[in-house]
Parts: sequence; structure tokens; C-alpha cells
Amino acid sequence: MNDQVKVDEDRAERVEKLQGMGCKRKRVEDVRFTQGKGNYVDDLKLPGMVFGDFVRSPHAHARIKSIDTSRAQALPGVVAVLTAADLKPLDLHYMPTLAGDVQAVLAEEKVLFQNQEVAFVIAEDRYIASDATELVDVEYEALPAIVDPFKSMDDDAPILREDIKDKMEGAHGPRKHPNHIFEWEIGDKEETDKIFAEADVTIKEMLVDHRTHPSPLETCQSVASFDKITGDLTLWGTFQAPHVIRTVVSLISKIPEHKIHVIAPDIGGGFGNKVGAYAGYVCSVVGSIVLGTPVKWVEDRMENLSTTSFARDYHMSTELAATNEGKITAMRVHVIADHGAFDACADPSKWPAGFMNICTGSYDIPTAHLSVDGVYTNKASGGVAYRCSFRVTEAVFAIERAVELLAQKLDMDAAELRLKNFVKAEQFPYKSALGWEYDSGDYHTAMNKAMEAIGYDDLRKEQAKKREAFKKGKTREIMGIGISFFTEIVGAGPSKNCDILGVAMFDSAEIRIHPTGSVIARMGTKSQGQGHETTYAQIIATEIGIPADDITIEEGNTDTAPYGLGTYGSRSTPVAGAATAVAARKIRAKAQMIAAHTMEVHEGDLEWDVDRFRVKGLPEKAMTMQEIAWTAYNSPPPNMEPGLEAVNYYEPPNMTYPFGSYYCVMDIDVDTGVAKTRRFYALDDCGTRINPMIIEGQVHGGLTEAFACAMGQEIRYDEMGNVMGASFMDFFLPTAVETPHWETDFTVTPSPHHPIGAKGVGESPHVGGVPCFSNAVNDAYSFLGAGHIQMPHDAWRLWQVGERLGLHN
Amino acid sequence: MSKSHIELTINGKKVEALVEPRTLLIHFLREEQNITGPHIGCDTGHCGACTVEMDDMSVKSCMTFAVQADGANITTIEGMANPDGTLTALQEGFREMHGLQCGFCTPGMITRAHRLLLENPDPNEDEIRNGIAGNLCRCTGYVNIVRAIQYAAEKMKESPVQEAAE
Repeated sequence: MNDQVKVDEDRAERVEKLQGMGCKRKRVEDVRFTQGKGNYVDDLKLPGMVFGDFVRSPHAHARIKSIDTSRAQALPGVVAVLTAADLKPLDLHYMPTLAGDVQAVLAEEKVLFQNQEVAFVIAEDRYIASDATELVDVEYEALPAIVDPFKSMDDDAPILREDIKDKMEGAHGPRKHPNHIFEWEIGDKEETDKIFAEADVTIKEMLVDHRTHPSPLETCQSVASFDKITGDLTLWGTFQAPHVIRTVVSLISKIPEHKIHVIAPDIGGGFGNKVGAYAGYVCSVVGSIVLGTPVKWVEDRMENLSTTSFARDYHMSTELAATNEGKITAMRVHVIADHGAFDACADPSKWPAGFMNICTGSYDIPTAHLSVDGVYTNKASGGVAYRCSFRVTEAVFAIERAVELLAQKLDMDAAELRLKNFVKAEQFPYKSALGWEYDSGDYHTAMNKAMEAIGYDDLRKEQAKKREAFKKGKTREIMGIGISFFTEIVGAGPSKNCDILGVAMFDSAEIRIHPTGSVIARMGTKSQGQGHETTYAQIIATEIGIPADDITIEEGNTDTAPYGLGTYGSRSTPVAGAATAVAARKIRAKAQMIAAHTMEVHEGDLEWDVDRFRVKGLPEKAMTMQEIAWTAYNSPPPNMEPGLEAVNYYEPPNMTYPFGSYYCVMDIDVDTGVAKTRRFYALDDCGTRINPMIIEGQVHGGLTEAFACAMGQEIRYDEMGNVMGASFMDFFLPTAVETPHWETDFTVTPSPHHPIGAKGVGESPHVGGVPCFSNAVNDAYSFLGAGHIQMPHDAWRLWQVGERLGLHN
Repeated sequence: MSKSHIELTINGKKVEALVEPRTLLIHFLREEQNITGPHIGCDTGHCGACTVEMDDMSVKSCMTFAVQADGANITTIEGMANPDGTLTALQEGFREMHGLQCGFCTPGMITRAHRLLLENPDPNEDEIRNGIAGNLCRCTGYVNIVRAIQYAAEKMKESPVQEAAE
């Protein structure tokens, strides 16, 4: 007995020493970040480096009549001014977008959105570059702008993209109008229409997920350095996907890929903003090739908010059909997707509307039809996945608002309606009506746990009392209970349906054990704050029994890291995390052979014990991983090659489907429109949990961004196409004062197809949070007959709702 | 452009320089002094990533001209660590409580929290939240930043440390 206790204690001690999966390991990154020793792009200084800055269009839509750069070039300190005329002979005035379109690097004949890049001034310092942008004289002839995406395809709409006006076959099929980009549809239209025609109850609402911006605290930036002697180009930049950037740069510059060295150093937040390729990157590269000196480009905040990508702008006509008892029988959605002036959506190539077809959500809806029309407008291009997998926030917003509207129409409790329609635990793997195969889930357990934690029944009772008091004039405050139950789809993805510009969406890990038993591992992904240096090491520690503190994780240098598709769409854990585990297991398999040979037993006679192989039945006879590493290099078995390393390029067999149950309790003053979040409870199920501390941090951050989007954040345009509020003066980023307190919780339903069962979590809180806040606001006003209230729900707009409902009289 | 002569102390070191009158303090620190801890996040004084200490006050160095710092005593995140090189209670607190993710706001946030705790060594949660309202973080949702500052406040009560580089 005592011996067994001793063995257990010894094992527990060794497990703790590993700092492997499941523990709240403190972050490796923080040692440098807390001392101001992070290494971000703008920290980089190279000898002879010069600075680029853009001349931008004041118009949303205008013809360029002339560009005169002579005054700028005469300014002392200016070394070059690039325009489309300089780029055109190099075939670089347009660049390919991830969505199969092309985008102007510098505007040639027309500008198509306000602040579009027109010329690139390069000078000895950033002040002179900025001065010189004001000395470039551009003559414009203003044209009428299209701001409302519903007017893009009008017969008399001005044609925006003259460069492709005769090209009626787009990257995703036929175009119906010169301002049309694509139509994408999926599902059974005929059967859906039939069910709607015969349904007991239907609801229909135009749900708008408005235009906003990921807005990481560090803007987009790059430094390009071209060596004219060797022909090598080194490009540092804020790249969530450095290898893809290398391939794109090679394709457009014709520099062979092995001569391009892309480095993404520390990145100050990404949230989808830093996936795409931008004019600034291209111009810094061209500038460096032309001048032979390093060129730095750093955008300012206004440029960031108004030019380098946007998110959302989905106008979703959403319908549900149901029985009188509340069983949902069909869903029908049509989307007008405003993509701005160029289709620069960051979606896998075959998915022009991303994974919008996850819009049947967590419910067993037998029949559905979805169609999406993408259109051009005179706004910045993009359509990036802002802290979500591709268009998943939009999809979840549609279904979670629609379910609430249906509950209202049926006069049924919104939680009860959800419970009635959930996909049941025994239905997994579940094939959805719009084509996905959900890997695992237990929605009822999660929902019930959340309802109990928040005290759902008591909240509804309190709300009923408050409503009575409000009707009697005893209070001016109304109470809303927001619910959302989301199913995400992340970890893109299987090569059969996921690629970016033809590159399949695998990811990779390369692990090398040094002779003394410490480790370096290199990854195809790139952290922007997610803590990869900490968590990948935890996976390796558990898999091969070497302490995480002895493992260095490297990312972002395309010369040393294996090719990977980068970090976005919560794909690092599902794809590269899987690659890490598989590569580690290859190492362990080789280690077992070495241990067997050294201890002169059969491989099958060995058992793995935390950090060593033991001979079964002879517990004192063992070899630690460190001992095996030394042996692997210095006395491997005959005919076995020395060394101990492995690489894995992981092709995921399916996506992963994290889910969660969120509740928000909100009090709104109808006279001021000020909404206060009293409680916010978030239960997440992301499968196996690698580092609970980091998961909680991701949930806090995602909820805060969801709060921002739902409650005020917006990129708005006036009718002339002027972008309103492209600075932090107007663009809502919550401070510590406005941000609600977050309560987190979890269940664990591992992914059956992932080597360690992990699903990814970074984006769930954003995806689930946005509809939860909006549902809380809508629930608060529902008893006053408000109908659907569009986001964002800032105080001004909620005050207007009060006006409309006559509450202020 | 004619330049002005300035003399100041940065992280305990005397510095003399010639600067253009329009040069912002953040650019002077980052470009000319190679002090890259403070960052630029917004250009409009809202995000606080550029926060430094100037004569016992938290200052947004993107809203301050270098010439305004003539004669001043400046401390940045680089001057925050204890004289023996160990991490201060605040730096340790941010790591212990997971008060940072991408790290971009962190130098400004810690610099601001440092001054907050000198002004109010025993702040309640509201006072902390209001005290860092000039510093934006996009990653953490602030919960763990508040915990980090509380951690430091507790620790400093146990063993008060001397103010760094002053």
C-alpha cells in the first residue's frame, strides 16, 4: 500500500514538472512583453531604411484626371514617389485577392472608395514622407457613389469596376450585373419553399450584421529589404499567415519563392485584420526593389480603420418555419453581402460566403436553403473574419436572433424553444441540412448547466415584475435576458473543400529533440497574442515527457518554419495542434524502439510512464526521454539513422465544432438609452482543454469584442461615401470602465477526430457573444412591441427606439 | 527645419539631443533613443500604448512634443524593473494573472498602473478600472489586468518597493 502511494506521488510529481496539457502554465511570452522587450515590426531599424506613406483619395468614387508628383519630389528628403504609372509596366498596379478578384495597389484611372491608395511617397523619415503626401497634386472628377448595397444592382447604378465590366463570369460563377460579384446557394430550395408554404407558423426579418473593423492595437505594417546583389527579398510584416504571404509575393513579384524570406515577428493583435495582402506591403516591396534600400510602411489608425479590411456588412433576410408546438421545420436565408470596391474577402477559395451555411446553428432543422449575393459598393474592400471563422458570426447572429423572434411569435419561452430543437447528443456525428458534419456535442447538458448557473427561472420572474412596474410607471428601467447557444465551425480545413489560392489548408509542426533532451519545435501558424509559445509546448510535454520549460516554440520565420496556412478561424489548435501531437507521437514511437534495443527487451514489453519507457513488471528498469535522446544521437540501434526529430503536415479529416451557452442580463434606462450589463455568463465547450488560464483569457477578450460590436462599434458611411468615425475618437473600443464583468464556465466534449480532442476556442466568445447582447436588448424592449432592433445598440440608437415607441412622452 | 536643444533624464540616464520642434516624444524615444517599449496604437491619445512617466505623471507620449520634455525626468517600461533586474510586483502580477496577450498595450498599461499604485496604494476595483480608462486593451477584456494590479497592490503592501529609476 505504502509503495503504491509512493509510486503515485512520484508520478504526480513528474506530471507536474512537465507543465503539460490541462495545467495553467504561465506564459513564456510574458517575460519579454512585461519588460517592453517585445519585437514588433515598427521596432525594426535597418541601416539606410526609408519610410513610405500614401496619398489617398478624398472621394468615394471619382475619375483620376491627372497626378502631378513634381512638387513632392522636389521636397528635400523625398527619395521616390510611386504611382500606378510606375507599377503598371511591372504588372503590379493590381494584386490578386484571396477571393479570386484583383485589387488596385495604386489607383489607375478611378478611385473606388474614400482613402484608397493613389500614390506612395518614400522619404528619409516619416515626417517628411507625410509632408510630401500633401504635395502630390491629384485632379479628380467626382462620380456618384453607391453606398447602399441594395442599390448596387439597380439598372441605373453607375458601374464601379470598369476594369472587369465586360467579364460576366466571375471567380464564383456568372455575374448578374457589372456591380455583382457572385451568387452562391446551397440547400434544397424547392423543398424549403414547399415547407414554408404549408407551415403553421413562419417568421421573417431582415437581420443586419453591420460593418465594423477588427482594429488590433497594432496597425498593419511592413519592412521590405531587397538585396540587389543576391536578389533576395526579406519582408517583415504583420502577417497572420506568413507562408501564404511568401507565396503571394512570389507569384506577383516573380521573385522565386526560395529567394523570399518572410518574417512575422511579434504581432500586436490580429483578429482577422492581418490575414490579407495590402497595398502597403506591395509598395514597400516595390520601393525596396527600386531603391535597393529597406522601406518601412506603417499605417496610422485612420488608415487602418478606413482601408485595410472591414468585417461583416451582411444583410440577411432570415426566415424560419415551425409547427404550432415549436418544432422548427425549415430555414430560408437570403443575404446581400456588401464587399466594398474589391472582393478581398479572406475566405477559403471555394467559399465566397465563408461558412455561412452553418446558419442552421445548434438545431435539428431538416430542410434549409441559403443564397448569398455579393455586390460591389464604394467602400473599403475586405470582409475578413473578425475574431471568428469565415462568416460564422454572421451565421450565428442570424439563427440566434431568428429563434428569439420565433419564440416571441409562438409565445413560447426562448430557452424552451431551443431545448426543443437542439441536435441531441446521440445524433452526433450530425449531418446538417446545409452540408456540414458536426463532430461532437452535448447541447442539452451545456444549456441546462448554464440555465441553472444563471438562475434562469428566477430571472424571468424578476423580469415579469419589472415589466409590471414599468407599465405602472414605477420605474423607467427595463430588463432584458439575452440567450445565445452557438455552434462554431473552425479548424479549416480538409483539402477536399478548403484551400487558399490553391494551397490546401493543412498545417504543420516540426519537432527536434537535442541530444541533451531539450527541444525546439517550429510551426506553420503564427500567434498574435494567443500564447502559442506556451501551449504548443504543453502538448509536446505531455506527448513526449519533456518539461515544457525545456521546449522552445518558434513561429513566423518562413525560412525555418514548415509551410503552414497561419492563424485565423481558430485553426491553430485544431490543425497545427494536431500536427504537433502527431509529430510528437512519431518521436515517441522511435524513442520506444531505441529504449527497447538499449534495455534489450521487446518493444511490446515497454509501457509509457509520463516521461519514460518502463519494462512491464520491472518498474525500476526504465529509460527517460532525456536518456533516449542522448542514445538516439550517439548509440542508436544498428541500421537506425541517428537523431530524434519528426515533422507532420496535418490534413484535418473534418472541421471541429466548438459550442457554448451564453446568458446576458441587462438593464436599460429608456430615457437615456444607456444599457448596463448586470451579468454575463459564458459556458464554452472547446473539447479537450490545453491551458485553462489561456482559454479563460481568450473568452474574456472575445466577449469584450462581442460587447463592442453589438453595443456600438461600427464603420459607417454617409450618402456620399465619406467614412464616418475612422478614429478611436468615434470607433467604439470599450475601456475597463464600460466593459462588463465576465463569468466563465465549461463542459468538455472532445472532438472524436482530433488527436488530442481539442476544438479551438479563441473565436467562440465573439461568435456567441454578439447575438447574446443583441438578444438581451431585443428581449428588454420586446414587451413594448418594438419589433427587431438592429445593432449596434449604442445609447443614441436605443434612445431613438424609446422615441419611436412613444416612451418619452 | 531648425532644431531645439533639449536635456532630459530617461530611465535614470542623462540625455542631450537636438530635436525638431514638431517631433513627438514617442518618436524621439522610439526612433532616436531606441526605446521601443512604448508603442503607437492610435495617434489620437485614446489608446495609451505610448504611456510614459514624465515628472511623476502618466503622459501619452504621442500627445507630447519632445521639446516639452526638456528638463523632465522620463521613465518608460524599460526603466520599470527593480534595480537588481528582477521583475517588479506589477510585471510579475501581469504574468501571474495572465494580464496580457499580444503584449502591445502592456508597456503602457504597466507604466500607467505603476503611477496609479503610487497615487493610490490600496485601490478598489472601480478605482483600478477608472484609473486605467486611458489605456485600451483589445485582447484581455481587462478582468485579468484588474487582477494583476490587485496582485501587485497586495504584494507591495507586504514589502513596499522603492520607486524604480527615480
